[in-house]
Amino acid sequence: MSMAPGITLKGSATIEGRQLFAPLSLTLDAGRWTCLLGGSGVGKTTVLRLLADLPTGAAFDGTIAATDELPVAERIAYMAQSDLLLPWASVEKNITLGARLRGQTGDAARLEHLLDRCGLQDHRHKKPTELSGGQRQRVALARTLMEDKPIILLDEPFSALDAQTRAAMQDLAVELLEGRTVMMVTHDPGEAARLGHAIHVMTATQLQAVTPPQSSVPRAVEALDTLTCQSALLKLLMEQVA
Amino acid sequence: MKVWPPFAATIFALVVWQSIVTATGVQKFILPGPALVAEAWWTNRLVIAEHTLVTLQEILLGMAIGTTLGIATALQLATSKTARTLIQPILVFTQALPVFALAPILTLWLGFGLWSKIAMAVLIIYFPVTSAFFDGLMRTPPGYLDLAKTMQASPSRILWQIRVPAALPNLGAGVRLAAVYAPIGAVIGEWVGASRGLGALMIMSNGRAKTDLMFAAMLTLGVLSVLLYLAAAKLTRRLGDRET
Repeated sequence: MSMAPGITLKGSATIEGRQLFAPLSLTLDAGRWTCLLGGSGVGKTTVLRLLADLPTGAAFDGTIAATDELPVAERIAYMAQSDLLLPWASVEKNITLGARLRGQTGDAARLEHLLDRCGLQDHRHKKPTELSGGQRQRVALARTLMEDKPIILLDEPFSALDAQTRAAMQDLAVELLEGRTVMMVTHDPGEAARLGHAIHVMTATQLQAVTPPQSSVPRAVEALDTLTCQSALLKLLMEQVA
Repeated sequence: MKVWPPFAATIFALVVWQSIVTATGVQKFILPGPALVAEAWWTNRLVIAEHTLVTLQEILLGMAIGTTLGIATALQLATSKTARTLIQPILVFTQALPVFALAPILTLWLGFGLWSKIAMAVLIIYFPVTSAFFDGLMRTPPGYLDLAKTMQASPSRILWQIRVPAALPNLGAGVRLAAVYAPIGAVIGEWVGASRGLGALMIMSNGRAKTDLMFAAMLTLGVLSVLLYLAAAKLTRRLGDRET
């Protein structure tokens, strides 16, 4: 993996002339986790998709730049809320999908390493339908890491999991994504409070930075500063609804 | 699937059939009873087998060619916008023409042999196969395509690694439909002009008032179609979870 760059997105977006989000400036610090928190429909997924150069249906007026001035979109790996595992392919083949799609042979040593780290050795030949929700997201995480990209974009990847599986996945993700520039879109204040080196609350009119606790991520679920941050974030979200 | 409900239904149908024949005293060249039909079937079993093989050959060749053409067309349509705007309206238009009306002209062009029947079978299954597979190719879950784009995949690799495998269950549905339609195509071809095949046997027996033999040939065709459908269903079920 090359050095993880920092990224800045500046601009506004409209859908058919209607404003999706007002002019904003979002900076992702190099090698850190940035959490973008907000309710449904405020355009946080659009921001993520703009960074990934995926179709958004919105017109974006602005710039996306990396600190090393190299292109951003080709250096990202993407993980969505749905695990997007191909049902006809084995766990192993799903993890190495990227290489196959580029006509390359996958890095076998890296595959073994990731199967170990994600606890998937016993499942490598299984089809996705034979796995639990947590196992499937571990495969999706392994596939994301197999890409070995310096920038990781996560779109609510753990929101469909039950609480304890979600917490375990958060721990694993922080461990495995260390050193990469990560942006996570989430609607869960608890998740943002646990994982964000930086936290931004997004609304239709503005992007508000919230100072996260000083402790290192992933923060303990029971720690007072995590819980205080979580409730402060929830309060902010509720004020926007009202 | 339990075996006994269809078995019981068949017995019931046979009993009703025999009762109608007995009760009305209808002449046997109008409606022969099941016993007479069974007898005709047994007496003519070698003839029926010979004609069945001809029809089966037409059906299988028709399915192979029609499915191949359907797959090729669907791939072409799915990968080229130009092809979609050019071919799609023509495809729908040709489907609106009654294929039955083409049977005499196909016989005129291709003769009384195998090929006019194969052409009928091909014409009748081409559209359902094309349309089912094409639909599948155009309905790839968008998340897969997003993922593939972030992985810098080329359009051709996206097609073969993602869109085609994701559309295989649809192709399977198309092939199952083809297994039902292909016998109809072959038999229509045989009706219009042939000396061999179950359709030809039906026409000949009908002309000679051998109604029992006509029924025997018809029922053989029915059984053949059901077996074809079951075979197609078994083969295509494996398409659904094929490893690429």
